[in-house]
Amino acid sequence: MAKLTFKEELCKGCGLCVNACPKKILQLSRERLNQKGHSPVEIIDQEKCIGCAFCATMCPDCVITVEK
Amino acid sequence: MAVVFEKPKALTDAVLHYCPGCTHGIVHRLVAEVIDELGIEGKTIGIAPVGCSVFAYNYFTCDMVEAAHGRAPAVATGVKRSDPEKIVFTYQGDGDLASIGMCETVHSAARGENITIIFINNAIYGMTGGQMAPTSLPGQVTQTSPYGRNTETQGYPIRVCELLSELDGPAYLERVTVNNVKNVRNAKKAIKKAFRNQLEGKGFSLVEVLSSCPTNWGMTPQQALDWIDEKMIPYYPLGVYRDKDGENNG
Ligand SMILES: Cc1ncc(C[n+]2csc(CCOP(=O)(O)OP(=O)(O)O)c2C)c(N)n1
Ligand code: SF4
Ligand code: SF4
Ligand code: SF4
Repeated sequence: MAKLTFKEELCKGCGLCVNACPKKILQLSRERLNQKGHSPVEIIDQEKCIGCAFCATMCPDCVITVEK
Repeated sequence: MAVVFEKPKALTDAVLHYCPGCTHGIVHRLVAEVIDELGIEGKTIGIAPVGCSVFAYNYFTCDMVEAAHGRAPAVATGVKRSDPEKIVFTYQGDGDLASIGMCETVHSAARGENITIIFINNAIYGMTGGQMAPTSLPGQVTQTSPYGRNTETQGYPIRVCELLSELDGPAYLERVTVNNVKNVRNAKKAIKKAFRNQLEGKGFSLVEVLSSCPTNWGMTPQQALDWIDEKMIPYYPLGVYRDKDGENNG
């Protein structure tokens, strides 16, 4: 079991984490914008997360914290 | 549950001003992770360049000096020589390091200064709006080469690691990239070695990082990472170009 937390206001919606996730459980929000006007990342299915931190490794903005 | 990934302590809480998906941010994080892991935050001094990373001094918690365009290795030389106990690094783009600052780059390498250089090669002048850099690829469309870089009139790209490897001075030269998870990990090993070399007094260490500029390349962040694989790496092969002690002890 792994847990992700997002500093959502830092997210620039670049999508690099979404592409890096081997489980394909990240997406850019289709409903929300952060204060900077970006579509922030969100996790679709936390249960499937393996805590590999590939997403966080590719994030240029240190948005993601991974716990395992 | 234990934290397996979080922002390194050597980065401040300032919000990075870089464009979405720009890999300057990844390289900043790697430098900060290395500073944390080597426990050198209190004695590290960074030299910021001119270019998109001009505000690097806002992002690292260590002391920082802002150098004039291209002069970071000269400033680093002065800082290091006046206080050799400090760990001194520069962070420079390709316009900064390989164009206006080429003289400082070559001579600090030739002198074998005991400094660490993190060199961001994104094949373009990012900050000023996407002009051709010395590292722009043959045929690459930029603001100042709208029909593609013509090698007959605009010459050929400069391969910095190969160029410096002709000198006796450098201790360590490696080219890496950060366009996927595996390459980010390799890049971190190289950056760590470049800092450790300085701690061990081994001399001039430069890590060239093939980095993306989605904005001025006119691509999405992911397309830009793919472009590094497709176009940049064939022209700029990854690898170690000098390692005086021969051991890759990342
Ligand atoms: C003496 C001087 N000449 C020119 C400039 C204009 N200038 C600012 S940044 C830059 C190039 C930056 O390109 P690069 O080093 O590749 O960094 P990037 O922005 O791509 O990260 C130039 C020419 C300047 N600031 N100072
Ligand atoms: S930790 Fe791994 S599995 Fe979980 S969201 Fe990130 S990339 Fe996907
Ligand atoms: S990589 Fe970082 S900034 Fe980009 S979408 Fe993912 S969390 Fe947001
Ligand atoms: S202009 Fe290019 S190098 Fe500069 S922050 Fe934007 S993407 Fe990065």
